[in-house]
Amino acid sequence: MNTSSRYHAWRKVKNLTMSGLSFTCATLVIAPLGLVLFYLITAGAGAIDWHFFTQLPKPVGETGGGMANAIVGTLTLLGLASLIGVPVGVLGGVYLSEYGGERMNWWIRFGADVLNGVPSIVWGIVAYTLVVVPLKGFSAYAGGVALGFMMIPLIIRTTEEVLLLVPNGYREAALALGIPRWRINLQIVMKTALRGIVTGVLLAGARIAGETAPLLFTAFGNRFWTHHLKDPIAALPLQIFTYAISPYDDWHRQAWAGALVLILMIFLINIGVRALTRERFSGATR
Amino acid sequence: MNASLTVTQSKREGAAVKTKESQSLPLTRPATPGGKETTSRGTPVSEVAFEVDSLSCWFGQHQAVQDLSLQIPAKAVTAIIGPSGCGKSTFLRSLNRMHELVRGSRLRGQIRLFGENIYGPRIDPTLIRRRVGMVFQKSNPFPTMSIRENVTVGLRLNGVRNHIALEERMEKALRMAALWEEVNEHLDRPGTSLSGGQQQRLCIARALAVQPDVLLMDEPASALDPIATTKIEELIQELKKDYTIVIVTHNMQQAARCSDYTAFFYMGRLIEYDKTDKVFTNPSNKQTEDYVTGRFG
Amino acid sequence: MAETLTTTMGATDDVQLAPPSKVGDRIFKWLAMVMGLSVGALIVIVGFTLWRGASMSVHHFGTGFLTGSKWDPVQEVFGALPFIYGTLVSSLVALVIAVPLSIATAVFLTELAPPRVRQPLVSVIEMLSAVPSVVFGLWGIFVLISWLRVHLFPWLQKLFGFLPLFQGPNYGVSMLAAGIIIAIMILPIITSVSREILRSVPDLQREAAYGLGATRWEVTRIAVLSYAKRGLFGAVVLGLGRALGETMAVTMLIGNRPEISTSLLAPGYTLASVIANEFSEATTDLYLSALFEIALVLLGVTILTNILAQLLIASTAGPKTSRAIQ
Repeated sequence: MNTSSRYHAWRKVKNLTMSGLSFTCATLVIAPLGLVLFYLITAGAGAIDWHFFTQLPKPVGETGGGMANAIVGTLTLLGLASLIGVPVGVLGGVYLSEYGGERMNWWIRFGADVLNGVPSIVWGIVAYTLVVVPLKGFSAYAGGVALGFMMIPLIIRTTEEVLLLVPNGYREAALALGIPRWRINLQIVMKTALRGIVTGVLLAGARIAGETAPLLFTAFGNRFWTHHLKDPIAALPLQIFTYAISPYDDWHRQAWAGALVLILMIFLINIGVRALTRERFSGATR
Repeated sequence: MNASLTVTQSKREGAAVKTKESQSLPLTRPATPGGKETTSRGTPVSEVAFEVDSLSCWFGQHQAVQDLSLQIPAKAVTAIIGPSGCGKSTFLRSLNRMHELVRGSRLRGQIRLFGENIYGPRIDPTLIRRRVGMVFQKSNPFPTMSIRENVTVGLRLNGVRNHIALEERMEKALRMAALWEEVNEHLDRPGTSLSGGQQQRLCIARALAVQPDVLLMDEPASALDPIATTKIEELIQELKKDYTIVIVTHNMQQAARCSDYTAFFYMGRLIEYDKTDKVFTNPSNKQTEDYVTGRFG
Repeated sequence: MAETLTTTMGATDDVQLAPPSKVGDRIFKWLAMVMGLSVGALIVIVGFTLWRGASMSVHHFGTGFLTGSKWDPVQEVFGALPFIYGTLVSSLVALVIAVPLSIATAVFLTELAPPRVRQPLVSVIEMLSAVPSVVFGLWGIFVLISWLRVHLFPWLQKLFGFLPLFQGPNYGVSMLAAGIIIAIMILPIITSVSREILRSVPDLQREAAYGLGATRWEVTRIAVLSYAKRGLFGAVVLGLGRALGETMAVTMLIGNRPEISTSLLAPGYTLASVIANEFSEATTDLYLSALFEIALVLLGVTILTNILAQLLIASTAGPKTSRAIQ
């Protein structure tokens, strides 16, 4: 009797301990985010001013200057990447959701997941071989190709997911009207899921916007404006990297500012997009 | 003209052997004032819309419809009743080649629509579906489209650009679906903003706008309240003047109220097919009697 | 065919529906299929590109490339062992830190947390996963490293200095620092995949255990964790795959020294970071080819890890919903 009640108390203690432990772990997991944000804001906010957004980087030794070219460069690279990633990814997702057989779909999904796991630096090498070598030089195109390849598996998966949420009744109703399949897919199925597709594309964009490794020997970086996409181009993450490992204090300050701007860009897309989807698909997604 | 439709449960050659008197339908020709001889396009009027000949449908290994033969008269309402899982929806979907869209489905047999084999080798199912419209159990106006766009979608996505003609067709279709008076003030509102019954009539208008010959209805009122149901039933009475209507329903009162002919399906087979009055008041088959009197199902 | 189209609405208008042509359907389906199959094409392209680039190095060094511990671009002697070692050690350190934390967090999220807390917590973890590697690197260089050098590492040396793992000079930049930053970066993915796995455990499992009078922790341990073992292992392997390929933050924190050292406090070098640092400076063909081979090794290891992870996860999570229409 006595041992059993002691055993019971022990079980209770263990239960409480484990609950407390898992709570602590959850706090530890989110702590780094708080720390990073805290330092970004305290160290970066001070360095952000109008010049940061409008000026080119100053040469070593001169203070001031900004990252205007890097911001424009990142947006340019995202645009180029989308030219590859969006059509391929979205249509690939349409294939998975509307056409592919079960076995083929399994392989494509599997392949997309494998591609998602390919280290980003490897995409840099691929784009180097496919674009930099033939064009005989680093270029915005090469950076765009590297990032575009990374977008494809991301967008394929999200597009498939949102298209599968479109109720079959719409497809059937449209088929029963004698509308050809491709028009149904384009103008009814994809249009119904448009918001979800756009969400997936934006999230993929946010994900690759911060990529540095694939740009190191493709886009390469540029201290000046890039006038032609065949030339090297600056990008925010590259600039942050270069400045962070430099020995100059003023550049460190700028690196923090750049990181703050980059993360604000990424978070704004993320938060905005999530607000957008929740309103629409809240019932349909888990 | 031979004014009777014959129901056979076996293949065609078996029909000659086995013609029980109770299974032949004393069908009189459905009255079609003004259109008896020719339609506007000059094809001879046939009194039979669908001739179904030893039709079998499968889902994978499961046979949903078993060797079924019957004829569906034009410009009349034919109701298909039976317990759930009896193959009535599958049968309906084979009439506009929707059955084949289901994964793992198979079909054997012949269906002729006004004499033409719709499963013929060179027939485009898309064209069949334009001629045989369908209304589903769950009303499904396209959520991204306004009322106007919903009605005209079948035309627009089939290449019709002429705005005046589209407007004309839209108004006509909405009038036929008895919805025009209720929505003509706000045609640009989303189709999904309407009430359930209105949405279903919008779907009927959408199907009518492509000018089909036949309208298939798969439990069109089962998700609606009694008032909306009455409206749909009244609409069916109106529409049968111009259209061949086949309606699947699990609601026997509904079949009794609004159909001219009733077919009773059980376990994928056609058990009885006759004038609606006859099926409900004096069925010749015991199973039918049990079902219509509510003893099983 | 078309002439049997009877107009029952009365042919007062001359609306002509376009005849259904198979061409549009065929083109669209073909395009979508090509785009879907591009996934396979990409895998082939990646593999082929690296293989071709690495062939010179493969022929020149043979298997010695993987076992050689000398990396000297001047004399053109290339051995990848220090990088393989650095990659494995930093990733393992990361797993040791991240696995208990993220699985405990996943348990907290699915089994313990009140519903009001769950969604915000999930959102915060999603935000953590959105932070770019280079930002973690920046924070690591200026904040984490100095804290480690001044506080954590001396303390570790005082307590565990008898272990070879914590001996030697304390530079701050080190395999341990890299491991910590990788751990932070793989926390979100392990947590969210584990959470999916735990959610796929049928409630019946839990109810059965509760019915036996088990406490919440016992239910979690007996019914949930043991049921989800394989899937959770898959989540860990997936995290390992990400850890192995992590580049920027590691490059900024690991010290980039191609040496094999038992001490976690010593600088190291990883496969990914040697590519990041030296690829655009590789002056000779053999040097460049050696870096391609490094990338090939990295790709091979991460792909194998990922395949294993996907299979493990798929074996636990239920079948995917698929469409009903052909």
